[in-house]
Amino acid sequence: MEQLAIVLIVLIFLMGLMVPVLRPLLKNYTGRILALVPFALFGALTFLFFSLPDETARIVETGFGFLPEMQFSFRIDGLSLIFGMMVSGIGGLVLGYSSFYMAKYAGKTKFYFFLILFMGAMLGLVFADNLLALFIFWELTSITSFFLIGFDHDKDKPRQAALQALLITALGGLCLLFAVIMIGNLAGTFRLSELYSQGFHFGAHSQYQTVFLLIFVAVATKSAQFPFHFWLPGAMNAPTPISAYLHSATMVNAGIFLLLRLNPVMGGTIAWKGALILTGGITMFIGAFFSLGQKDLKRILAFTTISALGTMVMLIGMNTTASIKAALIFFIVHGLYKGGLFMVAGIIDKNTGTRDITRLSGLLKSMPVTSIAGILALLSMSGLPPMLGFIGKELIYDAKVQMPELSWLVVPLGVAANMMMVAISILVFYEIFIPRKNKPAIALLHKEKELPGNFLAGPVILALIGLGLGMAPGWLNNILSNAMFYVQSQAVDVHLTLWHGFNQVLLLSIFTVAMGTVIFILRRPVGKLVGIIIPWTDQYHLPEKFNNLISNYLSFAGKHTNRIQHGYHRYYLITFFMATLLLIVYQLLSAGGEWFHPSESSPVRMHVVLVLIISAMAVLFAVFSKSRLSAIVSMGVLGYGVAVLYMFYGAVDLAITQFLAETIIMVIFVMVIFYLPDFAVLSSKKSRIRDAIIALSVGAMMTMIVLKARFINLEEPISQFFAEKSYLEGHGRNIVNVILVDFRALDTLGEITVLALAAAGVFTLLRFNPIKKKSEK
Amino acid sequence: MELVIAIFIGLLYASGVYLLLRRSIVKLILGVFVISNATNLIIFLSGGITRSGVSFIGDEAEKATLETMTDPLPQALILTAIVIGLGIAAYILALKYKYFETTGTHDLDQLSKTDQK
Repeated sequence: MEQLAIVLIVLIFLMGLMVPVLRPLLKNYTGRILALVPFALFGALTFLFFSLPDETARIVETGFGFLPEMQFSFRIDGLSLIFGMMVSGIGGLVLGYSSFYMAKYAGKTKFYFFLILFMGAMLGLVFADNLLALFIFWELTSITSFFLIGFDHDKDKPRQAALQALLITALGGLCLLFAVIMIGNLAGTFRLSELYSQGFHFGAHSQYQTVFLLIFVAVATKSAQFPFHFWLPGAMNAPTPISAYLHSATMVNAGIFLLLRLNPVMGGTIAWKGALILTGGITMFIGAFFSLGQKDLKRILAFTTISALGTMVMLIGMNTTASIKAALIFFIVHGLYKGGLFMVAGIIDKNTGTRDITRLSGLLKSMPVTSIAGILALLSMSGLPPMLGFIGKELIYDAKVQMPELSWLVVPLGVAANMMMVAISILVFYEIFIPRKNKPAIALLHKEKELPGNFLAGPVILALIGLGLGMAPGWLNNILSNAMFYVQSQAVDVHLTLWHGFNQVLLLSIFTVAMGTVIFILRRPVGKLVGIIIPWTDQYHLPEKFNNLISNYLSFAGKHTNRIQHGYHRYYLITFFMATLLLIVYQLLSAGGEWFHPSESSPVRMHVVLVLIISAMAVLFAVFSKSRLSAIVSMGVLGYGVAVLYMFYGAVDLAITQFLAETIIMVIFVMVIFYLPDFAVLSSKKSRIRDAIIALSVGAMMTMIVLKARFINLEEPISQFFAEKSYLEGHGRNIVNVILVDFRALDTLGEITVLALAAAGVFTLLRFNPIKKKSEK
Repeated sequence: MELVIAIFIGLLYASGVYLLLRRSIVKLILGVFVISNATNLIIFLSGGITRSGVSFIGDEAEKATLETMTDPLPQALILTAIVIGLGIAAYILALKYKYFETTGTHDLDQLSKTDQK
């Protein structure tokens, strides 16, 4: 069964890659049919869920990996099962839901492609047994979610939101990579199963603080913790199915998952507790607080998600048995109700054309099924019985009350946040579902009261699961105790019940609901207060600050790039020549030694000198000539002069080649020159003098190099080898030719290739006619 | 003699660099030719010019010594360089021809943008 589950995960990946092929075949049924695979995976996981004994984990090796230390091995234990079931189950529902929601969208192939790849990456992340593999899947979720959030890429806002999410989560990804490598180096293994079985915990190690900081940044960015929380509301620009998936059970919970995974390895230290409780607490509070001031249903949900994530981080930071248990339950609770609420929001949006809670009203009458699913989810969100949310909230309170040193801080913060959650739930319920006299019921865009049944399946199923698990939480006992064993590294017995007696915690709950109702009744003054605070915090509006930072950085970089890459060819050359000149002259002068030794040099031959003088005059004439033709002819004189020089010094082959090549170049030049303009004096006198100085210095430098080179021998010349072997092994008496066609035959092959390319280039250039093409259009 | 050739190379480089820094593209191409000739000469000189025998192995002999002949290795390198130089020359001239035909200018300063005309 484990193998089957892993095969299904791989299948999800393949399916994602196959979407461009599958979609034309499946047409409008794509979402619903593809949803079968995650459902099958969910089924397999459910089977494992009931059959997995306590305190065991199953490891599945694939034998595939990029490196010996980085094998793609998977582990199935309570923790990965809980997350995996949520990811695959909600994933399947979201795919089915998308089938309807996305029906009129363009670019559905892209949508399914990235959504399914994202699902695969998320599943890989939760089941990975190797920390490096976990990192790879982590990055994959960041990248695919970038494309999902920026789905409407032709609009400015989604693009910006996507970029923001990517930059922030990628920062966390980098931190995670460093942290993983450091953990691997400290422990000597990247495998979670070995880390767990060795009981490795490096809380006392000197590098612990660094690793913890890196992990903390990774988690805070991914799970939208303060002060990185601001990318999450922006991500609401994505189509609703994406929000429903990313923000209920997947993407943002990856950070929570990572904390739970690493808890046995590095949890429970002072730094761990302090940082997580503090950040989690702040995030929990501001998330709930800001949700009160929102009007867009999806934005309300986004802020409550931030609050929920804060709650989980805080619970994990507390690191007691009760708090870990509460975190795990709350993860399930949150996934169920948030997924459902997002889907409900999407349905309402489709059916009424708005998500503004001040405009929506009386939906209970016009859309009863949707409304009931939504109301059940709201019940769960506010933590009322008989939903699973009630158990979750009771466990959270229980954990907070039991927290020995910090209960004075965490209990009031938690109660305050929950009060606001209750208030926002009642507010949403009151505004959009209840028919009221002073607010006209909103008209539906579709004639049939409800949308197709499958569209509703998602939220209804999620609401019913939330209700069912609330009635019979005992189902979760086994898997929770298995998960707890791997998070806390000690065996824990879990017994969940809906009713656990009349105690302090229940009193707190009653107080919370009562206060929540009070806030709701006082919603006008409270709304005003939030309305005052939000503009004030807008001065420190983080998304904008972040955008400014990025755009300033870009313009700064652009300015400096333009200074260096100005586009003037000759200034590039001047820079190059000056830099080379300085470096080489410095090197030549500091090398010391002699420059010229009369006794070692060969005698001056007057006829050679004569040739050189003629060539030099030809070159100077070419430089200053105003006529194109005479400049070219004097270039020819130089070429022939050099050829004659080769001949005087016994290089017959060179001389012949030089004569031939020079002749051909002259012929081509004369052919082309006919079409080219006359020389014109383009530069000013000043710049000509500057150029002349640069040119003369470069010339002097080259003379120095040539002279100095004779006295520097780094390697023994190998020419003797060629002289000895060329007849015996190459069977040729012309040594130069044997070198070319035998000893260095590959070089010659390269040379022929260059010639062929040049010929092809010339041919293409002469046929290429951009202007003509344009006019033909 | 080395000194004379070294000065000659220096002069060629000076002329070549001066031509490279011109704005007219025809002069730039002339500069490339001059510099490639000068560079070939440097390689040639590095083999030494004290001996000037042809680098052949005599009819009867099986191997030759380097004592009388010009070093064959730099020659082989230069031979390759000359031929490649020919290829570059043909290409660069075709490019220049097309460039002038398309843009109507031979001023390199006008070439700072990619979308011309």
